[in-house]
Amino acid sequence: MTAQILFDFFVFPGIVFTAVLGLLAGWVDRKVSARFQYRVGPPLFQNFNDVFKLLGKETILVKTGNRWLFIAAPLAGFAVLSLAATSVGTALFFGRAAGMDLIVLMYLLMFYSVLIVLGGASPGNVFSSLGAGREVKLLLADELPFILACLVPVVRSGYKLDFGAILAYQAGHGMLVASVSGAVAFVVALLAVQAKMALPPFHIPEAETELVAGPFIEYGGPLLAFWKLNQFMMLVVFPFLLILLFWGGFDLRGLGLLWGILKYLLILVLIIIIKNTNPRVRTDTAIAFFWKYLSPLALAAVVLAVLGV
Amino acid sequence: MGWYNRRLAKSLWVFHVSASPCNNCDIEILDLLTPRYDVERFGIKLVGSVRHADVLLVTGVINEKVAPRVRRLYEQAPKPVFVVGIGTCPTSGCCFKESYNTVQRREDVIPFDVYVEGCPPKPEAMIDAIVKLVGVLNG
Ligand code: SF4
Repeated sequence: MTAQILFDFFVFPGIVFTAVLGLLAGWVDRKVSARFQYRVGPPLFQNFNDVFKLLGKETILVKTGNRWLFIAAPLAGFAVLSLAATSVGTALFFGRAAGMDLIVLMYLLMFYSVLIVLGGASPGNVFSSLGAGREVKLLLADELPFILACLVPVVRSGYKLDFGAILAYQAGHGMLVASVSGAVAFVVALLAVQAKMALPPFHIPEAETELVAGPFIEYGGPLLAFWKLNQFMMLVVFPFLLILLFWGGFDLRGLGLLWGILKYLLILVLIIIIKNTNPRVRTDTAIAFFWKYLSPLALAAVVLAVLGV
Repeated sequence: MGWYNRRLAKSLWVFHVSASPCNNCDIEILDLLTPRYDVERFGIKLVGSVRHADVLLVTGVINEKVAPRVRRLYEQAPKPVFVVGIGTCPTSGCCFKESYNTVQRREDVIPFDVYVEGCPPKPEAMIDAIVKLVGVLNG
């Protein structure tokens, strides 16, 4: 039992699997973005090289500010995302969910954003504090539609919060994205996920043209490597979560594997396309977009789900 | 260290230090980063924060006013970090050699590893310099 938990957390589908797949997904992201700009793009193992290089560099701690928070934030973020990846992955592949349900996962994902805020605010750099402040605003903006959209599978599967019930419902009744409420909720969730990953057009906290690197500006060396790894791991956790909630799961046997990989690539490429075709929005536009348009839409999806459509 | 140096050579993140240039070299550096030359093929990426940098691209004669700042930028970068002097300015002072506020011993301010000649150098010349740096790293 313990051995299984350790294996789940450290190897598959936890740290090793998520990190390797995330780095490869990051390569897909960079390559597709490069093709969008008529470039060739980086080689396959570029992200591995980047992370290994960062791990071997000097760690610089800022004299002002809170050092413990500065060091703890990326490491805790890594732990939180590994935990999230373990719960989503075990639910998706083995139906175990590592003892967690949707609520715990929501907390973990929100906690990761809070860690970015803490890490960004700790060095006392003006730019990184601004980035941290923007991260708070973005979290406020995207959390409501994201939760509402995630409620739709819960309602449809008979008000059950555990992943197994959602998957079982979809196994019996077909993918949720094929129904009206599921499709609407999927679109909302996809956009909210884009904001949760702070990818363009919602890269407001990082905004390299004005805030340089946002919350990560003072990070260098191994600590930055962990932040980068976290960002790549999010490219695995969030698409898997969307597959789990809306696209009917991931079967590891036979053709199901191929079908699952296709689903994953499709969601990943959708995210990349949204990323590459939209310029950054302002903070107030983003909040207005999420609160005025997406939240009512998500609410309508929940109502539809209650009606059973 | 060989293994690590090869990783480093494949992922050089550059940071642009503008140390009182005439601005022409900066424009050429931006040219270098456009899709036409696509240096991301070699893992080279422009970063905005010096804490993320592996290579400092220094343009311009370092004058008295920016010298302390350039020094500070170098100290803020996590080591190992390499310094590439872009253009004739950091190499020899160019036409500002005898100016009243040009720092005469630039090597004391910041230790250059590679120089790129030209006023301004073509992007190809800069790629050549980076390739030399990569060659040194690969041993
Ligand atoms: S080398 Fe020439 S082009 Fe470059 S900054 Fe100096 S004067 Fe300008």
